[in-house]
Amino acid sequence: MRLTRAALMPAEDPTIMTLFIQQLFNGLALGGVYCLAAIGLTLVFGVLRIPNLAHGALYMLGAYITYFFLTTVGVPYIAAIGIAAIMLFIVGVGLERLVFHPLRNSPHTHHMIAAVGAMFFFQALAQAIWGADFRRMDTPITGELRILGAEISAQRIVIIVTAVIVLALLALFIKRSIHGQTIEAIEQDRVGASLVGINPSMVSMLTLGLSALLATIAAGLVAPINLLSPTMGDALNLKVFAIIILGGLGSLPGAIVGGFALAIAETMTATYISSAVGEAVAFIVLVAVLAIKPNGLFTKAVQR
Amino acid sequence: MNPMKNPRIIGTIAVIILLGLTPLAFAQENYAMRVITVGMCAAIAVYGLNIILGFTGQLNLAQGGFFGIGAYGVGLLTTDYDWSFWAAFVVSVIGTAVIGYLCGLIALRTKDEYFAIFTMAIGFIIFLVISRWEPVTHAHSGVNNVKFPEGGGLIDFESPVAMFYLVFAILLICVYTTYAIRRSSVGRTLLTIRTSEDLADAIGVRVGFSKQLAFAASAVFGGVGGGLYATVVGFIGPDAASIDKTFEFLMFILVGGMGTVAGPLLGSMIVTFLFELFQDFQAYRFIVLGPIIVALVIFAPRGIVGYLGGFVDRRNRRRRVEEARGADDDLDSTGASTSGGTGDHRARNVADGTESGAGRTGGTPSPEETK
Repeated sequence: MRLTRAALMPAEDPTIMTLFIQQLFNGLALGGVYCLAAIGLTLVFGVLRIPNLAHGALYMLGAYITYFFLTTVGVPYIAAIGIAAIMLFIVGVGLERLVFHPLRNSPHTHHMIAAVGAMFFFQALAQAIWGADFRRMDTPITGELRILGAEISAQRIVIIVTAVIVLALLALFIKRSIHGQTIEAIEQDRVGASLVGINPSMVSMLTLGLSALLATIAAGLVAPINLLSPTMGDALNLKVFAIIILGGLGSLPGAIVGGFALAIAETMTATYISSAVGEAVAFIVLVAVLAIKPNGLFTKAVQR
Repeated sequence: MNPMKNPRIIGTIAVIILLGLTPLAFAQENYAMRVITVGMCAAIAVYGLNIILGFTGQLNLAQGGFFGIGAYGVGLLTTDYDWSFWAAFVVSVIGTAVIGYLCGLIALRTKDEYFAIFTMAIGFIIFLVISRWEPVTHAHSGVNNVKFPEGGGLIDFESPVAMFYLVFAILLICVYTTYAIRRSSVGRTLLTIRTSEDLADAIGVRVGFSKQLAFAASAVFGGVGGGLYATVVGFIGPDAASIDKTFEFLMFILVGGMGTVAGPLLGSMIVTFLFELFQDFQAYRFIVLGPIIVALVIFAPRGIVGYLGGFVDRRNRRRRVEEARGADDDLDSTGASTSGGTGDHRARNVADGTESGAGRTGGTPSPEETK
């Protein structure tokens, strides 16, 4: 596909190497976003044992609320993301209380259907408030960095750095803090954890809130690069599911490796083959992996 | 007991007759006829979902994709290749069956959540192919002027009423097929798998083969529904294969009642009506419908037909208790009527397979929770 490649190259003096580096950084930035979103989802699966199909909708809502605070209210970028993240934390807790908690003893098909209902609700809500058209969010972070001859926009660097910091903080939270450790305890053994005095309901709420918060950070970071629309969560939803399935449901390292691997595969195929293949690559990889290993790559033996 | 006295069968037949008579009321209103006919096309696909989700308990999220394959098969063959409708219809249904079978080969290696997400990915790949493969599917410009079915000079399918009865006839076949499956050993096998795969495997059920069959059958129903949809609407776009279609079907089956015979039909009609009611709000309708879905799953997970079925069961049980008090003679036949019922949820208990067992295990408060 030489034609596509030529069309995608920057106008001024593109060499194969700079294009590659540029795409690598694009892939890393996208990977950071995927990771943040996927980790939340995989945490929720680990604790509540449900695939939260409304995750993409939470991500979308997070992007819009960030947009609202940044553009309409006019607070600084970082503060807008922070406020949106806290609000989405509350939305996540509410979602657990109102939707998933009453269904905790139902068959797993019912959770998924309820999550779909919640997803449609959030989408319709965003459309009612902000309209169906695409919106652009401007960011105060402008300019470009030159790395090895390739021009990388500062926003992408910010995404990569923030993603790494947030992931490190999250790891610290889960491994070191008492609340984080309760999450891991519940993941390992729900009954055992409640026997030693951990309240599974509290942990479920905390986890869903946390996953919504992480999704919002991802959305707030990527919103200036992409456009906002009420259906922006759909494509991400599917890809994030592909990632956590690849990594094994409930596995944190799996989500991180899967997120970066998939994002880089996606940007590279989009650059060197075609954009349609780039969009589908996540699912092609998913189908290939599941055909060989039906339980994902990094699945740990989980007790059900 | 005479099957004609079974409230479930009477109810199902009443719904069908009522639906069959709608043209009398709406024959002059083309729009209303069209909405009802499109609703019936969806109902056919929902019957497919009923086999794999309702009977077998596997959440298949590729149904919208199979619907799209059926629709595009008919749409493209009748326009770009100028086939007759019937030939195109048969070929696309067979095509959907083959694609469904092949997808099932891989998809059914996975279980539970993995299966649901995997089929969602299959559905999305089908959607991507349809919406991006411009030279063949015309991508976003869609397919225009799909042919009407040829009436052979006898019937003019351009009239909405004739079209209605064509879809209605095929829908009846689907309803009867579901009823037949539900009563046969195949249906019991599928219900056993829904109850417990490991248990089914242990008692000698060919789990993999049965699931494969159920998956392919559900794809075929999806293809039939899609093919009819294409000719009823006349224009199809990539929306016909989108993941939203799957979620719509899911809502239909949920409202009606999973694993029941009348459920998919009733659910499709009621939700189609609700969609029309909220037509003015367009996309905002989900502000109301979203919470309705959630509330339904939480408070009425068995759907309308399941709820009514529970009511019938309670009445039967009460009557049985009274009869048992009076004389102990008629126990066998009442037991038979319960387990042979059309939308009987209780049969998901494997132990329920024996006729006389139904009378005794009927006392379990809610089999839904034991699943």
